[in-house]
Amino acid sequence: MNILEFTALVFAGSLVAGLVGSLTGLGGGVVLVPLLTLFFKVDIRYAIGASLVSVIATSSGAAAAYVKEGFSNIRIGMFLEIATTLGALVGAIIAVWVSTSAIATIFGLVLLVSAFLSRKPRSPAERNTPPDPLATRLRLNGSFPDLEGVRNYNVQRVPAGFGIMFGAGALSGLLGIGSGAMKVLAMDQAMKIPFKVSTTTSNFMIGVTAAASAGVYLSRGYIDPGLSMPVMLGVLAGSLVGTCILVKAETKLLRLVFSAVIVLLGIEMLYKGLAGRL
Amino acid sequence: MIERAWTDQKIENILGNLLRAGVGLSAFVVFCGAVVYLTHHGHSTADYRVFQGEPSDLRSVPGIVRDALKIEGRGIIQLGLLFLIATPVARVIFSIWGFAAEHDRMYVVFTVIVLAILLFSLIGSTQM
Repeated sequence: MNILEFTALVFAGSLVAGLVGSLTGLGGGVVLVPLLTLFFKVDIRYAIGASLVSVIATSSGAAAAYVKEGFSNIRIGMFLEIATTLGALVGAIIAVWVSTSAIATIFGLVLLVSAFLSRKPRSPAERNTPPDPLATRLRLNGSFPDLEGVRNYNVQRVPAGFGIMFGAGALSGLLGIGSGAMKVLAMDQAMKIPFKVSTTTSNFMIGVTAAASAGVYLSRGYIDPGLSMPVMLGVLAGSLVGTCILVKAETKLLRLVFSAVIVLLGIEMLYKGLAGRL
Repeated sequence: MIERAWTDQKIENILGNLLRAGVGLSAFVVFCGAVVYLTHHGHSTADYRVFQGEPSDLRSVPGIVRDALKIEGRGIIQLGLLFLIATPVARVIFSIWGFAAEHDRMYVVFTVIVLAILLFSLIGSTQM
């Protein structure tokens, strides 16, 4: 395959990943690394570098739209970014010492868990929780526009959320993904932040988290311009198209299909990783 | 309190535009690099099966700028990717200013910590 054909095919694949990722809200980054390694036979280190770059692009692009709606909480985001960027730095540094088959195995597990999390019904939101002293001191509590006007919320269990965020950052740095699902888990489940605020703030944080590991990857030579170019442009174009045609039509079915694809890719990555073939 | 909410909203609007501009600029530069790269190397064989790592000039900021100025496709693309990585960093720098404008000292400190981690990754890790 020559570079022209390779670039066109990778662009097309990334476009679909970005499109489906933004339509389902599951993020396209998580399928990029399996796509590149399993179908295009790219070394997983190059794939992770390219995926990381595309994660920064989609996160910054989407955050630009969300931030104006007034849902995201920049204080929660900035405070938790201390944890995610530290985690991302640690993840990127240890990635060099971990074998590629171990990375593939961890990747497979993360794919399976994120497919499971996306299918799990959300527990009903706990409203009117009492203010937590630590959250109050850190000025994390906020409000957002709701159907009935402005809704206030009190953030709970700050240390637990901070800890999970460190883990999310480490996974992001190790695997080159946004790990948005885990960030939402920390905010929505542990810290009892309303779902809408959690998802938009998570998106806001993904870019900064990925940038923290991108520096390490760049200096280690994992970011290849020839590969990152079609991936980044493809995912970006796909997610832009996705936000434009975000009609309510059948995202439920699409989510189901996409989750099934994630499970299949997860099993394949797990198998290849355990067999030491990646 | 009302005034603070207003400032928050204003800061978020500027932030949104900053992010959009950064991504737009980076995509444009990457696209220009792609045109140069594909016209020169489009017919070579693509091979990413074996990891070799990038040549040293594509691993550091000065090297990338040098390659880009020589109108080398891969250098220009890498420069565009640098702009992309710099976008969230610019957002963090801008947030320091925003929190300072609100006299929120605690959050200025938090944001400086995040910036320090980012700069360590971008600059410090090349020396490791």
